[in-house]
Amino acid sequence: MLLAVLSGFILCALAPWLTRSLGDRAGWLLAILPAGLFAYFLGWIPEVIETGAVTLQYPWIPGLDINLSFLVDGLSLLFALLISGIGTFIIIYAGGYLHGDPYLPRFYAIMFAFTAAMLGVVLSDNLLTLFVFWELTSITSYLLIGYHHEDKEARWCALQGLFVTVAGGLALLAGLLMLAVAAGGEYTLSGILASDGLQEYPFYTAMVLAILAGTFTKSAQVPFHFWLPNAMAAPTPVSAFLHSATMVKAGVYLMARLNPALGGTELWFYMLGIFGAVTMFTGSFMALRSTGIKAMLAYSTIMALGTLTMLIGIGTEAAIVAAMAFLLAHALYKAALFMLAGVLDHETGTKDITRMGGLRRAMPITFVTACVAALSLAGLPPLFGFIAKELMFEATLHGGALTTFTTVLALLSAIMIMAVAAIFALRPFIGARTETPKSPHEGPLSMLIGPVVLAALSLVFGVAAFIPEAALLQAAVTAVHGRPVDFHLYLWHGVNVPLLLSAIAIVIGLLAFRFWDAVLAGFRRMPFIDRLGPERGYERLMDGLVWLAEWQTRVLQNGYMSNYIITLVLTTVALTGWTLFVHTGTAIPLGDINVRIYEWFTVGLILAGALFATITGSRLTAVAALGMAGFGVALVFVEFSAPDLGTTQIMVETLTVILLVLVLYRLPAFVNFSSPGTRLRDALIAASFGGLMTLLILVVHDINVAEPISDQLVQWSYPEGHGRNIVNVILVDFRALDTLGEIFVVGLAAIGVYAMIQLRAEDRRQ
Amino acid sequence: MSLEVALPIIIPFLAGSLSLVFYRAPLVQRWLGVAGTGALLLASIVLLYRTYTDPDQVLSIAMGGWPAPYGIVLVSDLLGAIMTVLAGIMGFATAVYSLPTISRDHEAFGYYPLMHLLLAGVCGAFLTGDVFNLYVWVEVLLVASFALLILGGERAQMEGAIKYVALNLLSSILLLVAVGLTYGMTGTLNMADLVGRFAAMENQGLVTVVAMLFMVSFGIKAAAFPLFFWLPAAYHTPPVAVSALFAGLLTKVGVYALFRFFSLLFTQDVGYTHEILLWGAGFTMITGVLGAAAQYEFRRILSFHIVSQIGYMIMGLALFSPLALVGGVFYIMHHIIVKANLFLVSGVVYFLRGSYELKHIGGLWRTHPWLGLLFLIPALSLAGVPPLSGFFGKYIIIRAGVEQESWGIVAVALVVGLLTLYSMIKIWAEAFWKAQPEEHEERARAFEAAVSGKRLTLMVLPIGALAAITVFIGLGAQPIYELAYAAAEQMRDPQIYVNAVLGDTQ
Repeated sequence: MLLAVLSGFILCALAPWLTRSLGDRAGWLLAILPAGLFAYFLGWIPEVIETGAVTLQYPWIPGLDINLSFLVDGLSLLFALLISGIGTFIIIYAGGYLHGDPYLPRFYAIMFAFTAAMLGVVLSDNLLTLFVFWELTSITSYLLIGYHHEDKEARWCALQGLFVTVAGGLALLAGLLMLAVAAGGEYTLSGILASDGLQEYPFYTAMVLAILAGTFTKSAQVPFHFWLPNAMAAPTPVSAFLHSATMVKAGVYLMARLNPALGGTELWFYMLGIFGAVTMFTGSFMALRSTGIKAMLAYSTIMALGTLTMLIGIGTEAAIVAAMAFLLAHALYKAALFMLAGVLDHETGTKDITRMGGLRRAMPITFVTACVAALSLAGLPPLFGFIAKELMFEATLHGGALTTFTTVLALLSAIMIMAVAAIFALRPFIGARTETPKSPHEGPLSMLIGPVVLAALSLVFGVAAFIPEAALLQAAVTAVHGRPVDFHLYLWHGVNVPLLLSAIAIVIGLLAFRFWDAVLAGFRRMPFIDRLGPERGYERLMDGLVWLAEWQTRVLQNGYMSNYIITLVLTTVALTGWTLFVHTGTAIPLGDINVRIYEWFTVGLILAGALFATITGSRLTAVAALGMAGFGVALVFVEFSAPDLGTTQIMVETLTVILLVLVLYRLPAFVNFSSPGTRLRDALIAASFGGLMTLLILVVHDINVAEPISDQLVQWSYPEGHGRNIVNVILVDFRALDTLGEIFVVGLAAIGVYAMIQLRAEDRRQ
Repeated sequence: MSLEVALPIIIPFLAGSLSLVFYRAPLVQRWLGVAGTGALLLASIVLLYRTYTDPDQVLSIAMGGWPAPYGIVLVSDLLGAIMTVLAGIMGFATAVYSLPTISRDHEAFGYYPLMHLLLAGVCGAFLTGDVFNLYVWVEVLLVASFALLILGGERAQMEGAIKYVALNLLSSILLLVAVGLTYGMTGTLNMADLVGRFAAMENQGLVTVVAMLFMVSFGIKAAAFPLFFWLPAAYHTPPVAVSALFAGLLTKVGVYALFRFFSLLFTQDVGYTHEILLWGAGFTMITGVLGAAAQYEFRRILSFHIVSQIGYMIMGLALFSPLALVGGVFYIMHHIIVKANLFLVSGVVYFLRGSYELKHIGGLWRTHPWLGLLFLIPALSLAGVPPLSGFFGKYIIIRAGVEQESWGIVAVALVVGLLTLYSMIKIWAEAFWKAQPEEHEERARAFEAAVSGKRLTLMVLPIGALAAITVFIGLGAQPIYELAYAAAEQMRDPQIYVNAVLGDTQ
């Protein structure tokens, strides 16, 4: 199993090389891998039917509860088979569709990574590996959607898809972590499904909403659906794959998977039921408005995703059965239809369905296949799509509180989808032959084999519904519902309400097809629909983001050093001062202070120097005043019996003053740019900082928790350090490492200054 | 007494001094650059190994033979040793990268000695067990980095460097004040000794007050909100090898110090201090990532992302649960590798296209797919895309947040992850996917033609190695996790550190 899931990644690394060396046949040969996987998963069916669910575990990061564990049951197997089966045809198809494209090797590499990630999503038992693969599908699909990346539009669409799905993905991560916490630290799906009490978790609502944010974005539910039609910027094989069996189905998969654990609450029921139904309606409505052949199919995918979500939300036995049947039916016909759309586009050179006509003679196989697949889309007997749609009506008719709402929307959707199916199957092929950019002829075998086989399966499964039912759907329904359900799929259910609804849908749908041009014209008179879309919201959000970013940068990173320093100083004062206030209040515990008279003199000297330096208008005076403060400090050292420090300080001060004066000589005249207000503000800030520092020193002044280490150093100084001057012994022995470091600091500064002067001087010479 | 604790400081000091001796012989300096940083890397790996296998998992050495707490001790616990290894990796990678990218001018004016001494300062800061000594190392690395920043003397460099040094000196002053106050209250400078003496203080509130000074000082070094201005002002100005080294290591000294002080020394009032850290972390993440969203220059984008990523690390510290600390350490490890690598990639892009402005460059995915891959690995990792290293770092921290029900910070961390992806994808779409803009085509061609294959190979070598480490940290996260876990265990129990340094006799 591990190899089965990861083989795609291995092939991803080899694909570029293989594609190059295999040449034209690459598509056929590379398809061996997904075909092999399909056979492998088929082999699992007997075991799953017998035992229900199998889990396998390979340790990865056990410390973080991340393991490569897999859960094989009806649901994951159904998805795995769809992914590998349809994937096989997609790989073959891509070889024909992108024939001669120099970047085909890269394409295959990403495609295999994507397929493997998708398999990982549906087979993972571990929540985190599921998420890892989930995000990988987002990233790889980004690279696939942006395949024509020199086109600005394609880049934009790819980014949109990525941004929306990753945003949802991050919410999903939070949701999954909450799920694990709610399940008592259980990080496997099988464990979570087996645990109870999830719905008593205090943050149940937030958890469900976070998870649904992930699945709704991924599965293009309203109001996040807008990225999916834009994802058609991808080459058609990618669209066919994304829309039918992968990517968008990941969200549906996860909702189905978690249904037994999270379902059954009002929140789950209403969220899924309402959003699903609205999505279903929006998708079919937008499909009918479209004229682009791929856009039409993309919106019909949204319809299908909405239907599935709605059915999972309704959650009755009938609804779950309907969901699984619908899932299978949709995957089969949608992959076929998309691949056919690619054939049409490839052979005629246009994507606009209104510009195609009379192609039945030139492309007979395409025509017949399109008819079969579209019949399944429309839900007409004897196709498998019919069974699925009947079941769907059956489910909505018993939809609890949402019965009316879902049934009405389902009927309206069915009408519109009927029309869309008819348009797709008939419009390009019948009527008079129209001029197209390329002269059309039948597509190559590589591009037709997929649609033909898949359409044929739609037919076979319709006539012999017991095959998918016994092989897969029973087990899948058991997994989604949480316990076995007794059901059988028939083409003919007798005359009942669902059949009646179907009949209504067919009649009105065909009428809409008949008068489609009028319908389209009607839609064109309603341009406000375009403006209403949530896509505008996305654009606003992105623009707002950039605006906010620029505004913030202007405010914060404004380039003024004085602002930076003020912020730093105020932060210090606020944090430290506030902490002092919180912990001591206004009764600040000052230590005993006894100041001798000549000490006042020193303090006065320093203060006067500092003050004078700030208010004087002359640089020279300022330097002299600073020198005065410096000499004051030297006096302090002397006062506290450190005469050598005092001497050093005096030398440093003297040198500084001399150097500064030399520099000042070269500077332009002093101009005061600050207004009195600014100066007052700066003075206050400076005073608050100085005041705080003074206060702190006064506070800690006579706290001594234990004897200072200097006492021991004094004792050691002569016998151990062999020096009578304790300061010297500290500098060169006790704390010699500090001194070494400081020597290097001085050396470094010297190198820096030397380099600065020399490098510039050399510039000038050149 | 373990000499290997001192080696990561001695080696770069020696290499730097030797490079100064050969000031006029750039070729020797280059060899010394690679050999010295290589030796540093080896020494740091040995140190980590010895520390990890030590019964206490703490090694220490008393410098000059003066026992703790009277002399200066160097201490290698797991956090310090891990940081040192990262410094070794960064030093070696940038030294190799410097060979083809550093101009003669730079070499002639002390580039290599400065680089070695910078590494000495960084390693010193990671390994010292003495608060004043920490100040000294911070000075060493500050002055070394300042000199590296101004090397070249471009106007933009000067402007950035002045802001850099002024604001960082302010941080140093605060650090010095804090160290002074600490000594004034406790009469000791040894960190292990401080643990007991702080605990013995009657007025615990004053400890917290001093803690705030340390927090602001290290917050400036770490480029946390609202103290990060110096970083975006300066990091895009020097040669890329320097930017990469800075991006990998300098802010991390601040982060390391925060981790050290707020796990070992200042845990008296976690509800107060770490709550402030948490707010700081949140704002750091947001402001950093928004800053990046406004930029269109490759290195400026990366610079702002340093800020934003610092937020995640501090978040790990601030949540202060065992898992959160693991996440913090894990994140630091991942981030240093990834961030420096992105800067290195930006350098290659510059050598191939002649500009860092995203609007002037493009077409690299067509012409250099391997470079695209080497960009995607660190870029997606930075954005936290699984299964790369960044995902696991984020996952651990966010999981810690969910477990503590700190929903606000969890939401911030998630949204910032998304915006990080936005920035990385912006670079990807502009530099790699978009076609090369025609008006800048000539310069791009000229640059690409001027790069020899050999130079390109030397540049890509360290990038590839760092990318491989990124992939390894992701796919093989278990050993890295175990290491981070052990380091976090030590942080949770300061007594381990104290006993190992002062001896159990105390």
